[in-house]
Amino acid sequence: MDDAIDTALEPCAGAAATTAPSDFDIRDYLRTELLPHFMCPGCGHGIALRALLWAVHELGIAKDRLAVVTGIGCSGRTGAYIDANTFHTTHGRPLAFATGLALARPDLEVVVITGDGDCLAIGGNHLIHACRRNLDMTCLMLNNEIYGMTGGQVSPTTGADRLTTTTPSGNTEPVFDACALAAAAGAGLVGRGMTLQTPALKNLIRDAIAHRGFSFVEVISDCTEIFGRKNDLGSSPEMILRQKSAMRPEFYGNVVDQPFRPNAMKTGILARTDRPEYGDAYRAATAAAGASR
Amino acid sequence: MPASTQTNGLRQNLQGNHACAVAAIAAGCRFYAGYPITPSSEVAERMAVELPKVGGAFIQMEDEIASMGAVIGASMGGVKAMTATSGPGFSLKQENLGYAAMVEAPCVVINVMRGGPSTGMPTRPSQGDLMQARWGTHGDHPIVVLTPASVAEAYRQTIRAFNLSERLRTPVIVLLDEVIAHLVETVDIARADPMQRVDRTWASEPPETFRPYAASADGVPAMPRPGDGYRSHTTGLTHGPSGFPTQKPAEVTAAMTRLLGKIDRHRDIVDSVETTGCEDAEVLVVAVGIVARAARRAVDQAQERGIRAGLFRPITLWPFPEAQFRQLDDRVRAILVPEMNAGQLCLEVERLSGRRTRIGRINRIDGEPIDPDAILSAIEELARHG
Ligand SMILES: Cc1ncc(C[n+]2csc(CCOP(=O)(O)OP(=O)(O)O)c2C)c(N)n1
Ligand code: SF4
Repeated sequence: MDDAIDTALEPCAGAAATTAPSDFDIRDYLRTELLPHFMCPGCGHGIALRALLWAVHELGIAKDRLAVVTGIGCSGRTGAYIDANTFHTTHGRPLAFATGLALARPDLEVVVITGDGDCLAIGGNHLIHACRRNLDMTCLMLNNEIYGMTGGQVSPTTGADRLTTTTPSGNTEPVFDACALAAAAGAGLVGRGMTLQTPALKNLIRDAIAHRGFSFVEVISDCTEIFGRKNDLGSSPEMILRQKSAMRPEFYGNVVDQPFRPNAMKTGILARTDRPEYGDAYRAATAAAGASR
Repeated sequence: MPASTQTNGLRQNLQGNHACAVAAIAAGCRFYAGYPITPSSEVAERMAVELPKVGGAFIQMEDEIASMGAVIGASMGGVKAMTATSGPGFSLKQENLGYAAMVEAPCVVINVMRGGPSTGMPTRPSQGDLMQARWGTHGDHPIVVLTPASVAEAYRQTIRAFNLSERLRTPVIVLLDEVIAHLVETVDIARADPMQRVDRTWASEPPETFRPYAASADGVPAMPRPGDGYRSHTTGLTHGPSGFPTQKPAEVTAAMTRLLGKIDRHRDIVDSVETTGCEDAEVLVVAVGIVARAARRAVDQAQERGIRAGLFRPITLWPFPEAQFRQLDDRVRAILVPEMNAGQLCLEVERLSGRRTRIGRINRIDGEPIDPDAILSAIEELARHG
């Protein structure tokens, strides 16, 4: 087991960090007085949080200028630990809150953290319209294939035949390919990353934040305590390794020159378009009205 | 449809919905998010025209839930924000309205009432949302609800809604009758405008010692603005002075007591009622909105016929002006509650009224306004037997 983990953690293509991990101390970006955090041991959400803050560090974004808007779920609780302007909103609606915040305050760097249930079930409509509008913000969807916070019910991303508390005989619903959805709806940048390769994930999030427009990043996370336990998937490292064999983590590529092809296994930047950003377009279109004031 | 606006100096002919929009701009509103619904859509249409002129932003969202979220997001960002809707949309906003009350995000919601339940009668007037406005969201929560009775008052009360919202850090709802929303009347903007524009108190103490929900002397905490160095946490979970969630009974009690009490502590600026002929009234009519206008006429006519009748019109409907009402209730023999619903305002009147007062009702649920004659005959009836 240990050997396998070591191999898996070798850097993959595109994962080269522009800052050495040692240059980044996550505690500089956390409300350390709130620690220990609430997450279960082995939960992938913590690694996603680390990748986000590392990306923020590399981009040199001042904490005072960072606004993190989260929904409700274990994913939504991660925001409270970030030493920034943090907003824990209602279930499924963080993109709606963030739209108001980003449009009213274009000077802030707005990042949304949401879960697969939060984003794709109750919040699905907000996701497609946020992609379509292309307002400048970054949405991280932490996909752990389940509703963690409410105790393990089926989610739009739960795999076929998986056991959850509301699919005791195995899941019969097809899953969403969230990236395909986001790309089809017109998101400026679409990418998928895994917690297994934190540097690659960090790079992806960095590029997503730097992109001017709406960026959607699906983070393949793991809910060890509930999803893993219920489906006999072993400990957290075992779950993550299984993800590696299912995904193509070697791919951190630039597909800007290729049309987006839905493939739930691919990681990296899957689509990028340089459409006009919503706020810019709105301000340009209404500038004449403003001039007459 | 062209805006029904005729500029004539500072007097304008405005439709009620447009008056709300123009007032919002005057009050400093710089962000609007909404979703179209009859009979409120003209508020959005006018905001889309007016906001760019003052450097603000308008956005038509994908639904009412998103609109309310975006309004709160803008407000948390430090910008005065508003939305407008009608019955079904108002229902959709309720979860986020509770969030706004909980995190103390100032914002204004115009709700032009239409017949219900469900899609009901989109183009017919109703007063079916009086209780939804008070209790629509879950949990005990503070709220302020204003009920204008004319277009000029829609203008003034919208400005007041922003001012109260900023002062008390709470959502304020302006409940409009469809009749007023679509009525065109003259608004004397010159007279309404000098109203002081109130802005929320921004946090100014050193970030190291700042506690976002600390109980200040007046119960309304100063608000941290993103970018000003406070980096605070905002959550709909029950939170103590630090802003972080708590479930400790003593902290929860203290936080909720402050939240529920903060509006009561400011009844001097919250309460507003119009009373006509109440000094020596034997029969008191309690009504709001367009029905109160019909009632005013009926009361005048009753007085001409020698009946001692008075009108009690809560302009601030919630919190209900209890003290002012009780004073009159002690003196009158009978009360009449005409309303365009099956008896919502009457519930509050019954709750507050002494047992010896006889209470009559007029309830119209057919999408037609109540006319003065119906109110006059009911007053006469109560005067005879009350
Ligand atoms: C309107 C509403 N419906 C339901 C809930 C209950 N609820 C809380 S979290 C959650 C699911 C969270 O799942 P997900 O978004 O996948 O995040 P995770 O906990 O797995 O990180 C639900 C249904 C709620 N808070 N609000
Ligand atoms: S329940 Fe699952 S998703 Fe939630 S913290 Fe625990 S492991 Fe993570």
